[in-house]
Amino acid sequence: MDHKTLTYIIRRIILAIVTVWVVITVTFFVMHAVPGGPFLGEKAISPAAMKALEAKYGLDKPLLQQYFTYLTDIVTKFDFGPSLKQRGRSVVEIVFDGMKTSAYIGIIAALIALVSGIFLGTLAALWRNSFWDRLVMVITTAFVSMPSFIIGSIFLIVFVIKLKMFPANGASEGGLILPIITLSLSPMSYITRLMRSSMLDVMGQDFIRTAKAKGVPRLRIIFVHGIKNALLPVITYFGPMLAYIVTGSLVIEQVFAVPGIGRSFITSITGRDYPMIMGTTIILAVLIVIMNLVSDILYKVVDPRITLE
Amino acid sequence: MSLLEVRDLHTSFFTDAGEVMAVNGVSFDLDRGQTLGIVGESGSGKSVTAYSIMGILAANGKVVSGSVKFDGKELIGCGEAAMRKLRGNRISIIFQEAMTSLNPTMTVGAQIMESIGLHTDATGDDIRKRALELLGQVRINEAEKRLKQYPHELSGGMRQRIMIAMALASDPDILIADEPTTALDVTIQAQILELMKTLQKELGMAIIMITHDLGVIAEMCDEVMVMYAGSVCEKGSLRDIFKRPAHEYTKGLLNSMPSLEKVTSLKPIRGTVPDLLALPKGCAFAERCDETMKICLRKKCPLIQLGDDHFSACWLNVKDRGGEVNG
Ligand SMILES: Nc1ncnc2c1ncn2[C@@H]1O[C@H](COP(=O)(O)OP(=O)(O)O)[C@@H](O)[C@H]1O
Ligand SMILES: [Mg+2]
Repeated sequence: MDHKTLTYIIRRIILAIVTVWVVITVTFFVMHAVPGGPFLGEKAISPAAMKALEAKYGLDKPLLQQYFTYLTDIVTKFDFGPSLKQRGRSVVEIVFDGMKTSAYIGIIAALIALVSGIFLGTLAALWRNSFWDRLVMVITTAFVSMPSFIIGSIFLIVFVIKLKMFPANGASEGGLILPIITLSLSPMSYITRLMRSSMLDVMGQDFIRTAKAKGVPRLRIIFVHGIKNALLPVITYFGPMLAYIVTGSLVIEQVFAVPGIGRSFITSITGRDYPMIMGTTIILAVLIVIMNLVSDILYKVVDPRITLE
Repeated sequence: MSLLEVRDLHTSFFTDAGEVMAVNGVSFDLDRGQTLGIVGESGSGKSVTAYSIMGILAANGKVVSGSVKFDGKELIGCGEAAMRKLRGNRISIIFQEAMTSLNPTMTVGAQIMESIGLHTDATGDDIRKRALELLGQVRINEAEKRLKQYPHELSGGMRQRIMIAMALASDPDILIADEPTTALDVTIQAQILELMKTLQKELGMAIIMITHDLGVIAEMCDEVMVMYAGSVCEKGSLRDIFKRPAHEYTKGLLNSMPSLEKVTSLKPIRGTVPDLLALPKGCAFAERCDETMKICLRKKCPLIQLGDDHFSACWLNVKDRGGEVNG
């Protein structure tokens, strides 16, 4: 790795850290500006007991002091405090617990979207204007703009309720198949279209003609000279795709009753579990920042023309 | 038997607007070690002629009729596998834009080595050695370093040298150069032409030099073919074309060519090239010609032999020789 690349990566990491700090700060103050408290819902709580609870969780301290304590705990101990509702468990514990399932469906959905999107897009480009190409374009046009919760709800009605092909509970066996497919459809459609237009562009370039004139076999032209160059715009979509999947899964996990971060996040919002809400928001934001960073750096590695300034 | 025999080649592109007749009956011979120049304005079908020979036409293009014999073997319709063995091996081509003609995400070394790997038995280190040797041949220094560079890291002249090195990977019999210097500065242009001449002496390949620049033709070629709207107007030795041009189009090209003596009388040919979707029945050049006769509009003139290997497709030549031109 050359000097310039290294400087760029370091600069991007610093920028990412600043972004995360902004997210933490904004989340913290917005959270505390919202009226209502975590213990309001609980009935028959005496003022004295309330005081004790607030003192226990540090809610009686000045806001700025709470903020610095919060920040220091995150930075030094990766501690987002305890959950207010699931007594005895820390936010990090709960989030990582949910992450196991969420990351699993997210990663599988991303892989499906990538592999099948690249594959379908390439075929559509190579057989441009064929029946196959038109079919792919029609289907992807439909899915690319459809919100995932609508796709999910339709799947739920058709495959779970009517056909009873899959269990309604995401925690049971085979319960993750539908959420994974639901999450992957839109990014897959987007990648298919991106790949198709990119591949069409690349295959019409002069260097493809050169490869042909050199006597390179067609399959090698497609893979070595075509797909590799056509992938560049797809790589820049990695970051946004992950953001889509992360935010999409918040809702999709609700629809299919998947025991992941999404569900615990929604539960914590309705329960006003401040540390949980903040912790989940921040951890997801960090994830997205990291993914964007990775996809930028990957782009540089694949395209030697990009100079990192 | 010549090394390459092209006979009555017709190539069209089939577009939504109709059939674009880009090449309409081109014939020529090329001998071993010879340099043939193909000259004509942009759009006259020079590149399409070359691509037809190599079988690298765009997907909507097709050789409609005619024959291309290389070393006695027919290439038209001989199949993709057979063509692949010839391309970049016995017949190579370099293009005008070396920048876009090289793969931007592949090192130039990898691109040269790909050619070597395809057409020789060499493996691993031998391929690398051969690549270094080729870079030496095209006079690129610091060869080791160059192999690892990407096209955008090199200068225009250097990129064209890389293209040449790639084309020479397995000592081709024919090198087609499609406007190889058009995109380059004058000084670099001269260097590349010089290099090609030297390489031809060293390796003995035949060259088809495609250009719209008569200066390049004068510099490089033994034989010249003048093309207009997909047809051959005139062909002959370099002397024939420059000293005894017979076709009005050739004369027009020569008049429009800047030279030290006659910068002032520089006279471009008026009008523009005809629409290849609807070519006229008669001579394609008739509407731009100052000497048009009735017959020119009615009937296309065949190539008429004027000298040893001097041919011209102009009714005026027939008239001058006392022929019947009322047909
Ligand atoms: N893929 C294509 N589709 C339609 N027309 C084409 C295509 N390629 C070339 N042509 C046409 O063929 C004619 C000859 O082009 P070309 O051989 O490139 O000219 P030049 O003599 O400048 O090299 C031009 O009119 C060009 O527009
Ligand atoms: Mg051309």
